[in-house]
Amino acid sequence: MRFFLRRTAFYLFTAWAAITINFFLPRFLKGDPVSAYIAKNQGLISPDAAAALRTLFGLDKNQSLLEQYISYWKLLLSGDLGRSFSKGLAPVTDVIASALPWTIGLVGIATIISFVIGTTLGAYAGWRRGSKADALIPITTFFSTVPYFWLGLIAIAFFATTLGWFPASHAYDKGASPELTWDFIGQVINHGTLPALTIVVSSLGGWVLGMRNMMVTVMDEDYVTVAQAKGLPPRKVLINYAARNAVLPQLSSFALSLGFIVGGTLVMELVFSYPGVGKLLLDATNAKDYPLMQGLFLIITLTILVANILADVAYAILDPRTRQSEA
Amino acid sequence: MTLDKNQERIVTSDNLLTVSNFSVMYDVDPPVEAVRDVSLTLKRGEILGLAGESGCGKTTLAYGIQRLLKPPAVITQGSAIFHDKAGEDIDLNSLDEKQMRAFRWNKASMVFQGAMNALNPVVNIGKQLGDVFTTHRPELSRAERHEESARLLEIVGVGRDRLRAFPHELSGGMRQRVMIAMALALKPQLMIMDEPTTALDVLVQREILQQISDLRKEFGFSVIFITHDLPLLLEISDRIAVMRAGKVVEINTAEQIYHHAEHEYTRKLLASFPSLTGERGDFVRGTSSVETGA
Repeated sequence: MRFFLRRTAFYLFTAWAAITINFFLPRFLKGDPVSAYIAKNQGLISPDAAAALRTLFGLDKNQSLLEQYISYWKLLLSGDLGRSFSKGLAPVTDVIASALPWTIGLVGIATIISFVIGTTLGAYAGWRRGSKADALIPITTFFSTVPYFWLGLIAIAFFATTLGWFPASHAYDKGASPELTWDFIGQVINHGTLPALTIVVSSLGGWVLGMRNMMVTVMDEDYVTVAQAKGLPPRKVLINYAARNAVLPQLSSFALSLGFIVGGTLVMELVFSYPGVGKLLLDATNAKDYPLMQGLFLIITLTILVANILADVAYAILDPRTRQSEA
Repeated sequence: MTLDKNQERIVTSDNLLTVSNFSVMYDVDPPVEAVRDVSLTLKRGEILGLAGESGCGKTTLAYGIQRLLKPPAVITQGSAIFHDKAGEDIDLNSLDEKQMRAFRWNKASMVFQGAMNALNPVVNIGKQLGDVFTTHRPELSRAERHEESARLLEIVGVGRDRLRAFPHELSGGMRQRVMIAMALALKPQLMIMDEPTTALDVLVQREILQQISDLRKEFGFSVIFITHDLPLLLEISDRIAVMRAGKVVEINTAEQIYHHAEHEYTRKLLASFPSLTGERGDFVRGTSSVETGA
């Protein structure tokens, strides 16, 4: 229990630090983006909206820094991240909310698939060390060393252009709008297969190699020999003794990669013109859309935090030793 | 006819394990013959000590009998025949994988060197004990398994409240007791103990040895006790086999080994342990044999 309290305190502190840095960041920027924007769109901005923008940017001359900081928190807690310049002053939360599910859905599922397949293959290759299963390693490593954009382009050229099995870009067919029908879900799966496949293929190598090497190490442990001497069936030894322990370091890497789902898929979203967070961040940067960037940074930071919390909880459940050493 | 059969019955029931011409080679370059042409018999209910210096093949022999060796180790010749209580002779080399798994722990269990690593650090004690029952006694219910495991922990003096403990929450001595409890679980006829007390301090060592010897009286299993500690063996074993470079150089009763060791190496081994009695400075036991050894 104490362990969980300590971890909670740690994460609360980290979240507070991240949000505070996020508050100061735009205040260090040169110039006044709000005035520039108002000048560009004369008469289109209500005084209220301008005031809200100024508050978020710390440009409210009537307020001290502390007051600004407090009102920033108030806005944040009421779910207001400001308005996006480049998206016609739409609330940043709405803009991000429209991109986030695509990224999390596609990259999240691809990452989980890659982790599960890679770890399983790695466990098998480690279990049958020296057998033909070891051939998996150079093959999967080859695909993870290939630059991702090149792999993506080859996949498009081959599967989309030549064979025509999958569409080459976007999340759904042109003209369709997001709705909960079988037809639309089918489109999403159809469009998502190719990007997901390339992500899986390019990240599989790391999981296979990591798990295989951990397995080889764990298999030399005495408790595996004991399990065999106990006459347990090989499957049980493999799952409950060898893989059970070898998977622990894999979990931390998995959590880290979950954290990078939101922030780290820029190349994929560019290659496949996928309407996700990575593409949004690039657009925001190009348009100097500070509120949107700020909102995205916040979301990315929080995702990484949440992923780390998940990893911590999973680790504490699976490895009793960590619970003790931290207490 | 009946007489003959009875005769046979007596002969088989007297011995528990017959190892003949057993050889194990490590197939590396150059090949290492770790166990060479070893023959020995183990009587029912006896403690057979297996002594010898590090690397002489003691552990390899024990693993070989249980067929736990991993490549590059290969059994090149010989057989190990287990004379079951039920009157059946089991040739361990002729068993297939599945039969061998059924044999292990059920008839012959092991206590391993270094209790620190013999238990899986991330699985609690109860589950690791329960494993044995789910595999070999699948008919037991969950509650029965739990009860059996708790009882075993009580027998070895760890206490049933430790069932949910993880290995890192126990001391080295307690872990070794848990291993002994686990080895007892299926009431095997043979228990192979590979340096079970080597990593422990002398007091805990003594307690555990006492416990092993009490348990043996109670349950009547045979023990192959592997150690490099010859004085310890002299105390607890009925017979002692001395190994050197993969060969059994001498096998005799503990008394004979102590007083009338025949092989020069045995005498050398005995002389290498300091004596507690005698003249000041004269802590080397049996100085006469040292001369031959030196």
